[in-house]
Amino acid sequence: MTSKPQALLNWIDERFPLTSTYKAHLAEYYAPKNFNFWYFFGSLALLVLVIQIVTGIFLVMHYKPDASLNAAGVPVAFASVEYIMRDVPGGWIIRYMHSTGASAFFVVVYLHMFRGLLYGSYRKPRELVWVFGTLIFLCLMAEAFMGYLLPWGQMSFWGAQVIVNLFAAIPVIGPDLSVFIRGDYVVSDATLNRFFAFHVIAVPLVLLGLVVAHLVALHEVGSNNPDGVEIKKKKDAKGVPLDGIPFHPYYTVKDIFGVAVFLIVFSAILFFAPEGGGYFLEFNNFIPADPLKTPPHIAPVWYFTPFYSILRAVTSDFLIIMQAGVAAIWVWSLMRAPFIGKAIATAAAVVLIPGMFFIDAKFWGVVMMGAGVVVLGFLPWLDQSPVLSIRYKGALTKTAIAIFVVAFVILGYLGVLPPTPMRNLTAQICTVIYFAFFALMPIYTKLDKTKPVPERVTWK
Amino acid sequence: MKFLRAVALVALASPLVANAAGAELHLDKAPVSFENKSLQNGAKLFVNYCLNCHGASFLRYNRLKDIGLTEDQIRDNLMFTADKVGEQMKVAIRADEAKAWFGATPPDLTVIARARASEFGSGADWLYTYLRSFYRDEKRPTGWNNTVFANVGMPHVLWELQGEQVARFAEKDDGSGNKTKHFEGFEVVKAGKMEKAEYDQNVADLVSFIVWMGEPAQQTRKQIGVVVIAVLSLLALVAFALKKAYWKDVH
Repeated sequence: MTSKPQALLNWIDERFPLTSTYKAHLAEYYAPKNFNFWYFFGSLALLVLVIQIVTGIFLVMHYKPDASLNAAGVPVAFASVEYIMRDVPGGWIIRYMHSTGASAFFVVVYLHMFRGLLYGSYRKPRELVWVFGTLIFLCLMAEAFMGYLLPWGQMSFWGAQVIVNLFAAIPVIGPDLSVFIRGDYVVSDATLNRFFAFHVIAVPLVLLGLVVAHLVALHEVGSNNPDGVEIKKKKDAKGVPLDGIPFHPYYTVKDIFGVAVFLIVFSAILFFAPEGGGYFLEFNNFIPADPLKTPPHIAPVWYFTPFYSILRAVTSDFLIIMQAGVAAIWVWSLMRAPFIGKAIATAAAVVLIPGMFFIDAKFWGVVMMGAGVVVLGFLPWLDQSPVLSIRYKGALTKTAIAIFVVAFVILGYLGVLPPTPMRNLTAQICTVIYFAFFALMPIYTKLDKTKPVPERVTWK
Repeated sequence: MKFLRAVALVALASPLVANAAGAELHLDKAPVSFENKSLQNGAKLFVNYCLNCHGASFLRYNRLKDIGLTEDQIRDNLMFTADKVGEQMKVAIRADEAKAWFGATPPDLTVIARARASEFGSGADWLYTYLRSFYRDEKRPTGWNNTVFANVGMPHVLWELQGEQVARFAEKDDGSGNKTKHFEGFEVVKAGKMEKAEYDQNVADLVSFIVWMGEPAQQTRKQIGVVVIAVLSLLALVAFALKKAYWKDVH
């Protein structure tokens, strides 16, 4: 005689894979036991995603995507945000959770990606986990960009104006394309409404789908670990990896601790510095959008600044360096790459090198900005090192990663500042470093002297 | 980890290499106080001197109960343009007329303290310095100019309190032959109703009120924050103990 709860579970299991799903993804999903600090950020990204969705639902109940002016002469959208901050009970806390959450999302995602870079989590057989992750990052950028228009402040308006205008740089179709995106000749009520629709429905749907794909792919191949050792190679009699422990309860309890610490930091910002010193909520965005008054300095929010710097670094005198770069990759591919690589490199060189003579630098800036994100997706095939983890890689790779990180941070820093000739030169050097890190990766990872990888994970 | 620490150090230090430049703006530190006495005096000044041209359209009159006023006090002393205490602090001036008179529509001031923050100081510092930096300038249509906001459309509405001052400028050569005007200091030419210290104190109260108005929940926010972080710290401790207990058998 089975107990009543057991009977209910059996009834469900005969109709829906509840127990088997629970086992496959939690109770009998074996994760390496040697996860370190860096492995908190995956679950934290999931937490922030939930925070953003839940707070977003409540914000939508009071927010009004309307660019028309109210009786006091303030745009309705801007006023509705202040209405949430003042007249909606608890509204300020929901709004600050959402605005702090946007920055927190990028903090945890950047750290999560850096973890992957350190320990080679993108290497075979986890290429698709990484590719889905890159797509999530791309989606997140779109989501953040469109969400930033909604408060309808000066930076919302002019940031969107600058970025949408970039599409106008595309030859032939550009000008029409930018009008198509805005739904108007300038950023306007039409733009605000469509960005609202994309921000609350379209992009989150895609994002959630990609997160599911990211996790399904991960659970298919199993997690990597700081040693880059494949734990599935050593199993006990029951087929359980010797260095694996069930995700639940071991990593659920560990992640609860991570969540608590994260929430302490998150709350410290939310309750004591919600503006994040002007980086999380830009000061200028407390001025309602005014299409007739261009701010002297338009800076994107901090998480976009490295890529914005790359965009600004591509000036017409920089194109020659890009042409040289493309030519170098082409020549190298002719000597070393397989046929398919030769073909792709030749086609690219034939299009890009003359293209840079004829098409405006602004367009190539947009291309480079996009390439800066897309190139991440190619990491699994660029890294040719025999080992996965930085622990067993040599000085060459370690140096490359160190220089890359420094260049990335400098690009981010320069992106918040107004340009000067000196800063532009610095940004150009850092842009070269950024792309060289990826372009030269097949070479230096092969040349590098690696250390022997242990049979089992190291564990104190 | 040694490697990571080195990378982090270099990465954090690198922005220091690129030096910040741009026009300098020297702001005085505003002595902001959230005492009810200061905020109430600030509210009085705001309603009497600012609310004629500038709205505070996101703030309702009855919110002033948060700074220790009763509905009757608000209705009898502060409501000149509204009938009901639940109304927002709107302004009677019409935007198009205001633009014709001043050259620019006076902005809504509800969140101005947050908007005016910059790398030079907080929004409060900006407002505090700005409201004490009006000087006589016959070249301007209003007869007033300002060292913080050059050629501002707003006249010095607090002049009867502060009195009138003129600004001393010195010409400086930047080395390549360009002459630039540098502000050296103010001289009082006509005394106002208040001594300098008294005027500064009143401006500080007014600025405090404007800061409060920018986010009325800001004091509550910090109080709740302390409790939230205390509770979360407790959770972190319990979670850490739980993790330790569970992981005891992982070898």
